[in-house]
Amino acid sequence: MTGTSPAVVSASKLGLTFQTNDGPVQALSNVDLTIGKGEFVSFIGPSGCGKTTLLRVIADLEKPTSGTISVNGMTPEQAREKRAYGYVFQAAALFPWRTIERNVALPLEIIGLSRAEQAERIKRTMELVNLSGFEKKYPWQLSGGMQQRASIARALAFDADLLLMDEPFGALDEIVRDHLNEQLLELWARTNKTICFVTHSIPEAVYLSTRIIVMSPRPGRVTDIIESTLPKERPLDIRETPEFLAIAARVRDGLRAGHSYDD
Amino acid sequence: MNWLKPSWQAVLAILLCLVALALGAMSKPEAAALADPAASFDYPYFGIKTPMIGLAVLAGLISMLRISSLAEAVVLFVGAHLVAWMLISGIAGFEGTALAPYFLLLAAAWLLAWRCVAVLSGLRPMAKGVRMALRLIIPAIFGAWILIIWEAVTRGAGIPFILLPPPSAIGARIASSLPVLGADVRQTIFKAVIFGYVVGSGAGFLVAIAADRVPFLRRGLLPIGNMVSALPIIGVAPIMVMWFGFDWPSKAAVVIIMTFFPMLVNTVAGLAASGHMERDLMRTYASGYWPTLLKLRLPAAAPFIFNALKINSTLALIGAIVAEFFGTPVVGMGFRISTEVGRMNIDMVWAEIAVAALAGSVFYGVVALIERAVTFWHPSVRGG
Repeated sequence: MTGTSPAVVSASKLGLTFQTNDGPVQALSNVDLTIGKGEFVSFIGPSGCGKTTLLRVIADLEKPTSGTISVNGMTPEQAREKRAYGYVFQAAALFPWRTIERNVALPLEIIGLSRAEQAERIKRTMELVNLSGFEKKYPWQLSGGMQQRASIARALAFDADLLLMDEPFGALDEIVRDHLNEQLLELWARTNKTICFVTHSIPEAVYLSTRIIVMSPRPGRVTDIIESTLPKERPLDIRETPEFLAIAARVRDGLRAGHSYDD
Repeated sequence: MNWLKPSWQAVLAILLCLVALALGAMSKPEAAALADPAASFDYPYFGIKTPMIGLAVLAGLISMLRISSLAEAVVLFVGAHLVAWMLISGIAGFEGTALAPYFLLLAAAWLLAWRCVAVLSGLRPMAKGVRMALRLIIPAIFGAWILIIWEAVTRGAGIPFILLPPPSAIGARIASSLPVLGADVRQTIFKAVIFGYVVGSGAGFLVAIAADRVPFLRRGLLPIGNMVSALPIIGVAPIMVMWFGFDWPSKAAVVIIMTFFPMLVNTVAGLAASGHMERDLMRTYASGYWPTLLKLRLPAAAPFIFNALKINSTLALIGAIVAEFFGTPVVGMGFRISTEVGRMNIDMVWAEIAVAALAGSVFYGVVALIERAVTFWHPSVRGG
């Protein structure tokens, strides 16, 4: 753990129970978690393990029913109102009536930045995600990978120190995904943001993260926390090294252990 | 047979021409003249009957030669319309005397025109201007043939004027009554329809937003709006006349009642149309109610709102015209229709119908054009 730097996210005994028509469903149970500044943390687990719910609790899109959580030392609601984080959804969720440029400008308009400052930030973030030259296109004129990159640009435009990503590359093919993973690491190294990344792909989690949080379902809980020993500089072929494979094996074991008392 | 490409329309048209030729007399006076060669009868198509049939046959034959599609379309267009024009102008003065060959020849000309439209529809021109022209020409030929057949059948079969006047008579009536029609349009459309449409649609829109903002309005207002839409216009119109007087405000009130509800329901549905993910996104920006409404929910609702505007454009016209049946100053489209029916001036009624149809289409077309410009991003507009 990063010890010296202050915690960006810290949760203790966090629990969330949804009231549904079929009775209560426990989505999160007893989650203890501390994420330090500048970390790249992946949440991995089978569907229904509450990894997306946990991310949504951090983002104040869901309210926990028990335990405590703080984001940047505030409640999630205060953090949201202070615009402490950028959120990237599973789909790009770009507004089709706006050009890419205006989509990236959307959060900036809401904060109320001047046109000149908007233009400057748009230019910077579009370069960051390698989308320069596509500013005037509409989302439906771009490929899925480019749309998702635009949505990352939109989350970055904010300049928040925390980036929450909910399976952002889940709907993309392997080749595009590799490429975007590489770019994401590069971006993380350049901006020094804290990133929380939800995924269900083991190689993706191991390749990207400094720490991997393995979760298991019914009720959603943390079963293992794995510190990555990989260097910060990670070319794509690091995935062939024994070190990488050892971490991947440990993640797989953790996932299997979580599954074991699932009938 | 490399030089021939048969089409069933042309073959059938030639067959019909041959049958018409075999049947002989085109009209009753001609039949009488043939029966009594000694007497001198004046009859239609004297001397031009054979050239007319020949022209149709020739156009059909040339169209089946292996020529370019454009040449084929031109030959068919000229042939079909020349024959139709000769048929209609020839029957003048002998209305109601046409026999079977007249109608067979009309059918043959119509088949040639059909083939012409089929050939034109098959063209795939590169130039944008030509494509645009084709998009206009094809429906124009289609519409023209409705009028041609209407004209030829009413004149040839001598259908009583009261039942169905020929389009030429309606056209003449429109041309000779332009000031009256203009005054009616001003009264009904420019005053009652436009005012009622703007106020009714605007009120529906604002109430929808109020209902969205304030939950108790949603529960209370929507059922009442539903009830208002179920009110019979025939019952409401006389009451509005009593409330707001004989002039156009009472008609505008009827239009407001008719257009309010479609806008209300469509806007309410449209405001619910934005996706969960997009709304969560706005939440992560800590965006308030109004920014979310303006930047996300209203643009997402635009297709629904335009749907209501299109429905309302025709409803408003109907409402205003019907409302004028229940008391009005001596001007207005509905007033004109109700009085001219009583005076058996059916051509004037048709003239008003034609003007109303034209005005309604233009109104609808303008709204549809604005819709295309505003909701260009919607899959139904951008095509995919």
